[in-house]
Amino acid sequence: MTATEYKAGTNLEKIFSDGKFAVTGECGPPKSADGSVIAGKADMLKGYVDAVNITDNQTAVVRIASLPSAVTVQQHGLEAIMQMTCRDRNRLAMQADMLGAHTLGVHNVLCLTGDHMSFGNHPEARGVHDLDAINLIQMLKDMRDEKKFQCGDEMDVAPKFYIGCAENPFGDPFEFRSIRLKKKILAGADFMQTQCIFNVPKFKKWMEEVRAEGLHQEIKIMAGLTPLKGVGGARYMKNFVPGMDVPDEIIDRMTGIEKGPASHAEGKKPAVEMIKELAEVEGVAGVHIMAVEWEEAVPEIVESAGLLPRPTVA
Amino acid sequence: MITAERKPLDEIIELVGDKKKILVAGCDTCVAICLTGGEKEAEILASELRIKAQQDGREVEVEHTAAIRQCEWEYLDMIAEKVEAADVVVSMACGIGIQSMAEKFSPRLVMPAVNTNMLGMPQEHAVWLERCGACGDCVIGETAGICPVVRCSKSLMNGPCGGSHDGLCEVTGPDKEEIDCAWHLIWERLKEQGREEMMIKNRPPKKWNLSSSGGPRKMVREEAKPV
Repeated sequence: MTATEYKAGTNLEKIFSDGKFAVTGECGPPKSADGSVIAGKADMLKGYVDAVNITDNQTAVVRIASLPSAVTVQQHGLEAIMQMTCRDRNRLAMQADMLGAHTLGVHNVLCLTGDHMSFGNHPEARGVHDLDAINLIQMLKDMRDEKKFQCGDEMDVAPKFYIGCAENPFGDPFEFRSIRLKKKILAGADFMQTQCIFNVPKFKKWMEEVRAEGLHQEIKIMAGLTPLKGVGGARYMKNFVPGMDVPDEIIDRMTGIEKGPASHAEGKKPAVEMIKELAEVEGVAGVHIMAVEWEEAVPEIVESAGLLPRPTVA
Repeated sequence: MITAERKPLDEIIELVGDKKKILVAGCDTCVAICLTGGEKEAEILASELRIKAQQDGREVEVEHTAAIRQCEWEYLDMIAEKVEAADVVVSMACGIGIQSMAEKFSPRLVMPAVNTNMLGMPQEHAVWLERCGACGDCVIGETAGICPVVRCSKSLMNGPCGGSHDGLCEVTGPDKEEIDCAWHLIWERLKEQGREEMMIKNRPPKKWNLSSSGGPRKMVREEAKPV
């Protein structure tokens, strides 16, 4: 494939295009103006992941914005996947930011609805939700492929994006979840990352539905994984994080292990085991490791899962 | 119907300030049905204001009345005399009625005694649920008679987000009560109707300019205008 045939020509797109198994990570910008935190996380992950998600006010808590954070990460030699939620921006701001992302060399974008304001630190905020995630995907595709703004106006230079989306195989109604992925494919999504998987049987069941519809051939599917620091974090995710399905076996496995180096060591094991297991599932094209505020765990997990060295693409 | 909740007494007293002659004006339509601002509630608020003033050693004259509908000029004529005799009107009507009063009797002070909160329906006795966002571009023909604009916490147009679980929304109400996931309800009812395809097609971005984002709205029925 020549460079001109790529949609955006990002490292992530080329890895998928070469048929290689992709690994992405996640970096949450800090809740202060200290940009060195982002640089530090980038240095930690460089060489271990193919690209890193930069969250957009994750869990509705104010942080350094995803675009400048993405630029910082790329200045440190790691490709960014800029997350964009529909919660904080209307269609004007989204398109303006995405034109800016292109000009600054950020070409991977992940389109999300966004956690509700009530979960974050500004629960009195007005939620925007001008578009939903499916509308956002379609808008970016039309900008890229049709050189058109959402209103239909044409632009001289189209931005190039490799368009990502998320899906939660553990959300309800379960039977709608593969349909929702299909809607996102129809809207123009190129790759998809799942919500953190703890319930592997349910994920596999969902993948059966995905394969039955042939969706795995139309989009690159990345299985989402989160290493657990301790039983407290596992319980928190089970009870308080929207859309999470943490089976009791996971809680039981972490129970009784002393918090600290022991629980940290144990918490990485299920992630490594799951990567190995999920990589064998037909239609899984990569893994997305979400080590929330624990980026230093990623190198060991990637290495233990046998995913090093990361491929280089021309 | 339009629903409203009464403001706390202290807030109403602060709005009234040092005015001596107070008229509490109820409205006998929507806010009466939701047991917030009809004539009965106006009488109760008037009593509360009198008692509090007595406790605080303030001298006030508090009357109460009610219009059949505060949002229509002709019903305001019927209470005009009482309004004009007062220093301040404490209106228990919805935001529409309060503004009608303020405009009709301008520059007389008209203060709100309620917070207007939604277009809702009584789901059961004494429980009201929001049902319409007056968005100006109704989609419920495609969503099994269930409004995603106000019943989905994120006003999504293309199905439930990843936070939908066990038929419930990821968001809880002010008292941590569970909220139904509107898109789960839509999915289930569409299935019953054999119209699941309505959820499969991608719905385009909504035209919010037809809602309040387009500025204050106006409706004219030319054919109904007097000749």
